[in-house]
Amino acid sequence: MSDSDMVGRPAAPGASTGGARGGVASKTAPEAPISSTAPGKGGPSTKKTPPAEPTPAAKVVTRPGDKIFKTLTVGSGVFVVAMIVLIGVFLLIQAIPSLVDNDANFLFSRVWDAEPPDLAFGVLDLLLVTVFSSVFALLIAMPVSLGIALFLTQYAPRRLARPFAYLVDLLAAVPSIIYGLWGAYVLAPALAPISTWLNENLGWIPLFATGSSNLAIGQTIFTAGIVLAVMLLPIITAISREVFDRTPSMQIEGALALGATKWEVVRTTVLPFGKAGYISASMLGLGRALGETIAVLIILSSTNQNFGFSLFDGGDTIASKIARAAQEFNDPRGAGAYIAAGLVLFILTFVVNAFARSIIAGHKEYE
Amino acid sequence: MTTATDLDRPAAPPAFQEVNSARRLKNRLATILVGFAFLIALAPLVWLLITVLAKGFEHVLNVDWWQKSLAGLTSRQFGGGVYHAIIGTLFQGLICAVIAVPIAILVAIYLVEYGKRSRLAKAVTFTVDILSGVPSIVAALFIYALWVTTLGMPRSAFAVSLALVLLMIPVVVRTTEELLKIVPDELREAAYALGIPKWKTIVKIVIPTAMSGIITGITLAIARVMGETAPVLVLVGYTVFINYDPFGGNMSSLPLLMTSERLTTNEVGEARVWGAAVTLILIITVFNLLGSLISRLTSLKTK
Repeated sequence: MSDSDMVGRPAAPGASTGGARGGVASKTAPEAPISSTAPGKGGPSTKKTPPAEPTPAAKVVTRPGDKIFKTLTVGSGVFVVAMIVLIGVFLLIQAIPSLVDNDANFLFSRVWDAEPPDLAFGVLDLLLVTVFSSVFALLIAMPVSLGIALFLTQYAPRRLARPFAYLVDLLAAVPSIIYGLWGAYVLAPALAPISTWLNENLGWIPLFATGSSNLAIGQTIFTAGIVLAVMLLPIITAISREVFDRTPSMQIEGALALGATKWEVVRTTVLPFGKAGYISASMLGLGRALGETIAVLIILSSTNQNFGFSLFDGGDTIASKIARAAQEFNDPRGAGAYIAAGLVLFILTFVVNAFARSIIAGHKEYE
Repeated sequence: MTTATDLDRPAAPPAFQEVNSARRLKNRLATILVGFAFLIALAPLVWLLITVLAKGFEHVLNVDWWQKSLAGLTSRQFGGGVYHAIIGTLFQGLICAVIAVPIAILVAIYLVEYGKRSRLAKAVTFTVDILSGVPSIVAALFIYALWVTTLGMPRSAFAVSLALVLLMIPVVVRTTEELLKIVPDELREAAYALGIPKWKTIVKIVIPTAMSGIITGITLAIARVMGETAPVLVLVGYTVFINYDPFGGNMSSLPLLMTSERLTTNEVGEARVWGAAVTLILIITVFNLLGSLISRLTSLKTK
C-alpha cells in the first residue's frame, strides 16, 4: 500500500514530463521546479533530443540541497573517524603528566599507587589479570558457542531455529550489572564445591593453586571468567551462526550424496567454510571480555597481593580498577594514572578488534 | 536359463554399505554435544531470570516503588521507590538517542549512498567497527578527559549521555546501513529518472522505505545503552533525590543505584538492589517490545 504510495507521488510529475516528451520542447514548465536549473535549454536531459551537441546535457547538475546534504553526511563520516583518533589523543594528553611524575615503570611495575603526592603505578598486574580472565572466559565460550551455532544452523528443526536463536540473543540483552550481581551472589557460592575440589585435587597445577581469594565466597577469577564466558556466548554465536548459514548448499548436498553422516557434513563443509568467521567472532568476543567492567568489579575481590596466575586469585582488571576508583577522581594527576591504564585498555581492544576484522575482511564469500 | 539367473544376480556386491559403527557413534556423539551446548546456554539465562525475579519481584509490586524516591530514608528503612533512578535512566538514554541517532543515520547514508568504495568510506567502516568494540569504560574516560578535565564542566547526566553516544553510534550505523542496502535500487532509479535531486530521493524515498527497521534498531540500541554502568560510575554522582536537570547536579540511574546500594549490606540494601534489577529488566523488555511493535505497525505491507 504505502509502497505504491511512495512510488506514486514522484510519478505524478513524471506523467506530465511524459507528455512533454511527446510535444517536444513546448512544455518545459513542469520540469523547471524539479531540476530548477538550466531554464534556457529546453529539456536537455530527455533522451529524445538528437545527439547533435550533448555538451549541456553532459554537465552535471548540482543543486544546493544536494551539496548541503552531501556535506552533512560526509561531515558525519569524518566526525566518526575523528572520534576514534580523539579518543586516543585525549587519553594520551591526559595521561602524559601523570606518566612523567610516575616513580614506577608504567609497563612493567606491579604496584599501583595513584595517590597524588607521589605516584607510583604500573599496569602490568592489571593487564595480566585482564588478559588471563578474558582468555579463560574465551576458552570456555568458544567450544560452547561453536556447538550452539552448529545446533541452530544445522541440527535444530527449521521451525524452532528462529525462536531458539532469539533465546540465545536474549543473553546479550541482559545488562552486565545484572550478570555481575548474579555471578557474585548466586553463582559464586554455587561454584564453591567445584573450585574447592579443583583446588584440593589439582592444586599442584599453578592454575588451580590456592589464590588470594576465599573459595567459599568465590570472588575469584574462576567465577568472573565463567560469567564473562556466558556474556560472550551470544556474541560469538551470533556471528558464527551467520557465517555457517552461508555454507553453499551445493557443498552440503555434495557431501550428503557421497554418503557422509550429518557430523561428517559439518566437519567437511560447514566448519572449513565458516572457520575464519568463527575465529573472527571469537576475537570480537575477546575484545568484549577485555573491556567488561561492572560484572568483573562486582565479582572480583580486590587484593594487595600480586597476581599469581591462579584461577582462584582475586585482583582487578584494568576496567574494574578504573571503575573502582572512578567516584574519587578529583585530583587530575591521580585520575591521569587511571586514564593511562584506560589508554592501555583502548589500545589492547583496538588491536584485538582490528585483528578480528582483518581475518574476515579477505573473505568475499561471507558477504 | 543361466542368463536369467545372471541377470538376477548383481554383477558386483552392493555399492551401498551400512554406515559403520564408529562413524555412527561419532555422529550421534556430535549431535548430543551440540544439543548439550545449546542447553548450556539456556541454563544461565533461565537461572539468572529466576534469581532476579525471585529476589526482586515482590518489591516492584508496591505502587510507591514507581512513584517515590529514596529521599529521607536511611539505609535501614524499607520503603521509598526508585522513581529518581528510572527518570535518570530514561533521561540519559533519550538524550543520548537525540544526539546519536541523527549522526548515525547520516553516517549510514554516507556509507550506502555516497561513499560506496571510496577511501573515506573504508576508513569510516573500519572506525565504526573499532568503535563498536570500544569498552564502555574507555568511552567514559574519554568523555571525562574531554568534558570534565579539558572543558572544565561538572560531572553531570549530560556527560553520561555523551559517553553513551559513542556506544550507540556504531549500533545504529550498522542496522541503518544494512537496511539502506536492501532498499531496491529501482526506487532510486525511478526517482532520478524523474529528475528528483539525490538528497530528496534519499530523504523522501530511501529513508521512509527503511524507516520501520531503523526505528526498531534505535529502540534496541536505547535499551542496550540504558543498562550501561561504567559511564555512570565515572561521569555522574549518585543521589537519592529526584533531579530533572541533566546539566547539573547528581542524577541517579538504575545501574548506579544498584552499584551504590550494593554496598548497603543488609536486607534493605538487598531489596533495593534486586528491585532495581527487576525494574531495569522490565524497562529494557518494554523497549524491546516497543521496537518490534513499531516495526510491525510501520512496516511497508508487501502485496
